[in-house]
Amino acid sequence: MVLSLACLLTLSVSADDAFTTAVNGLKTRSFADKYVAASQIAATSHPRADVVLNALLSGNLFTQRRSDLVVIATSLDKKGYRLIDAISGESLGEVGRRGAKKISVNNGLRRQLRGLIAGRQLSHEDSRLRLEAVEAIASSGDKALRSVLINRRLVEQQVAVREAIDIALVVFDLDVDDNLIRLAAIKASSDNLHPTVRVKLTNIANDQSVSTDVRSAASEALVNLETLSKRYQMVETFFFGLSLGSILVLAAIGLSITFGVMGVINMAHGELIMIGAYTTYVVQILFPGAIEYSLLIAVPAAFCVSGLVGIVIERSVIQFLYGRPLETLLATFGVSLILQQAVRSLFSPLNRTVLTPQWMSGSLEIAQGLSITYNRFYIFFFALLVFAALLLILQRTRLGLEVRAVTQNRSMAKAMGIRSTRVDIMTFGLGAGIAGVAGVALSQLTNVGPNLGQGYIVDSFMVVVFGGVGNLWGTLVAGLSLGVVNKFIEPAAGAVMAKILVLVFIILFIQKRPRGLFPQKGRAVED
Amino acid sequence: MYKQMMKLFLLVLVTASSSWVSAADTIKVGVLHSLSGTMAISETTLKDTILMMVKEQNAAGGLLGKQLEAVVVDPASNWPLFAEKARELIAKEKVDVMFGCWTSVSRKSVLPVVEELNGLLFYPVQYEGEESSKNVFYTGAAPNQQAIPAVDYLMNDIGAQRWVLAGTDYVYPRTTNKILEAYLKAKGVKNEDIMISYTPFGHSDWQSIVSDIKKFGSAGKKTAVVSTVNGDANVPFYKELGNQGISAEDIPVIAFSVGEEELSGFDTAPLVGHLAAWNYFMSVDAEVNDEFIDGWLDFIDDDDRVSNDPMEAHYIGFKMWVEAVNKAGTTDSNAVQDAIIGVAVPNLSGGIATMMPNHHITKPVLIGEIQSDGQFDIVWQSSGSVPGDAWSDFLPGSKDITADWQAPLACGNYNVKTGQCSGQNYE
Repeated sequence: MVLSLACLLTLSVSADDAFTTAVNGLKTRSFADKYVAASQIAATSHPRADVVLNALLSGNLFTQRRSDLVVIATSLDKKGYRLIDAISGESLGEVGRRGAKKISVNNGLRRQLRGLIAGRQLSHEDSRLRLEAVEAIASSGDKALRSVLINRRLVEQQVAVREAIDIALVVFDLDVDDNLIRLAAIKASSDNLHPTVRVKLTNIANDQSVSTDVRSAASEALVNLETLSKRYQMVETFFFGLSLGSILVLAAIGLSITFGVMGVINMAHGELIMIGAYTTYVVQILFPGAIEYSLLIAVPAAFCVSGLVGIVIERSVIQFLYGRPLETLLATFGVSLILQQAVRSLFSPLNRTVLTPQWMSGSLEIAQGLSITYNRFYIFFFALLVFAALLLILQRTRLGLEVRAVTQNRSMAKAMGIRSTRVDIMTFGLGAGIAGVAGVALSQLTNVGPNLGQGYIVDSFMVVVFGGVGNLWGTLVAGLSLGVVNKFIEPAAGAVMAKILVLVFIILFIQKRPRGLFPQKGRAVED
Repeated sequence: MYKQMMKLFLLVLVTASSSWVSAADTIKVGVLHSLSGTMAISETTLKDTILMMVKEQNAAGGLLGKQLEAVVVDPASNWPLFAEKARELIAKEKVDVMFGCWTSVSRKSVLPVVEELNGLLFYPVQYEGEESSKNVFYTGAAPNQQAIPAVDYLMNDIGAQRWVLAGTDYVYPRTTNKILEAYLKAKGVKNEDIMISYTPFGHSDWQSIVSDIKKFGSAGKKTAVVSTVNGDANVPFYKELGNQGISAEDIPVIAFSVGEEELSGFDTAPLVGHLAAWNYFMSVDAEVNDEFIDGWLDFIDDDDRVSNDPMEAHYIGFKMWVEAVNKAGTTDSNAVQDAIIGVAVPNLSGGIATMMPNHHITKPVLIGEIQSDGQFDIVWQSSGSVPGDAWSDFLPGSKDITADWQAPLACGNYNVKTGQCSGQNYE
């Protein structure tokens, strides 16, 4: 009786049952055992294998508490889950928050899973997916997948994929015991700045059990990599500096107009930046389906919103205080507190999540080991664009002409028939609008919260004073050079010290040249 | 005008006297958490936790036959104001116990007040240690209950050999990193394998530091980052890590101040897989935790809220205080201080927390990986509870110091070498 039952059992172990057993094997607590079960799933040809592996990778694989079935769960907005049987794909209805328990995954397992999925994906008909798969296998470092790559190399038609496989194989070959293969691999990777290559070469160079010629070849390759990465590092630091500088320019350029042209010390400038950042948040809330374009909508929107707020501030407070800088300073400081508190009560004191569009995340790889993050890259050009637009307005338009006239000599401009009040309003609105646009850019880099502006107000004044009050070119040069200087000091002195040193430098510089880098010329400034 | 003033004055008088009358037949619980200013984000939740505990206790019949009454004040994230408000609570409101403070600097500001007026303070946040006061009960983690086990996990389970200690520039990260550096060196880690970097509060330009970490991590040894970066600055930090292509699988970051509450304001996509070390996670699988969360969501009436580690610390602290008051039969400060040592109450992860003679408690250590939904998957758990150590064994200055508030010794900083109690003001 028992014997016949056992016979029946062995008979029924078909491919389907292997899949079922493997899926149920995922319920173990040990991550090593989970990997064994996952590789068993990957080895089957079951149509749902990919679905289950992907669900496990993305953390959607659960066990149903009541039935102990392995299920794929979709969250129903924190209220509970909708369940699908992982093995059969049948719907199991909805359960409450505690109705299902997650099958946990850790980093190690996640990396291995990527390799397993990539191994299956390697024979996909889309060559782009195949390329991705090769990369995933290379970074998974799973030695079991080396043979999969070699097999694919034999049948692969696409040249690009073949090349990618060759590079990936080199990484694997560094671990092979055969000295000849190893030497060839070391030679091939002496200009490969991929981090895993460096890790492996260092390991070889330090491994006493490896023969001396392999070790010396590895050290040589490392020296080569070191000089290469030093060179890239210089370029990288320079770019980091430009990027920090472009943010300073963006934050300061609006201030440069109001402070320089009108002599108004606007302490609420930071809050105008903050309003721009919040406008981005509101735009994303209003158009949840268009995150990719949200920044393009947010730029003009933030310009208008911040500009209008700026005009309101000018009309309600600042216009009564022209020529009294200390009182303006205090009054605008009060305005900044009011704006902060308004945002706190309107949106909550918590930071708001502003999403990053796909095209702004990740990095642009210029060469292996030298990459520039997209968000900083775009913001740098955006800063230049804003600068150019502003320059155009000031040099080529009627408003610009009037603004320059009022700056150089207010009473003479009035005598020539320029309505200086209107110019004041327009100028202040323009400066405030530019601050709002800066806020859109900053929302991609830092936290959008009520305190956002405070972090930038001091830096903005620093740039404007250093560059020379009222001079746009001065602001650009000052911002960029301060950024670059800061970034070159930072690796040596640390982030806190770098800031202090820059500040000390500016104080000393102002002692020598009180009017900044590019002093304003004109009769008004002479007195 | 005069009439109105008189009315107002009378009103104040009536409310003041009514609170004085009620003082006689209720037990007062002081809540000293910032409800405005920068720390309001974190501390408001803790105020609500205590209000919930008070409500539950009253529903269960109160304490010593009396009802509990919560007295809430707002120190407004202003450190000197913490001391003033603590004095107001003890001297004027005559509270029997206080639950409060978040930052170490606020605790240090309150310390002389509670010691002078012989009050009771339950402090619920993980901190740098190096302190043990007669009047303070530390229900958050000491470094040996969070930082040291986290480093052990990275060393033994992840195989980390190179270490980046990144922190915000203030007392908690500096002290913790000092302890960790000494610990790592004691474990045989060489000087060149440790990189320490500090950044200002709210730092947002992480390009150079992340690029340095990347370079530091490509020297052939598995690298891990131990982060004591505070609150806000974490978002741009993790964003930059993601943008520069450093995943948790390459260089894991373990954080000591990122919990469920902090994650609820983040875009969690770039954080998945990074680690955090705490003594409690909302995702802990225990019946008592399910009950607590249900009670909490009910009380706060918002299904989107989360629970976190300092909330559990307040839960434990409150239960311990209730237990000790019942044991002593009075709310008298000295009697409760004597009674509470050795008191054991269930914690939220299905274990037991015990108050130690050094005024710290036993806690399990949990390590979780951040998930896309802002929750943590627990990937490691200490085999039992770890008793909190007030004075680190890895710092030369505090190696020989112990704290024991029981009868013969009754000292928070007893030097075992010299046999002297150096008084409350030991630094």
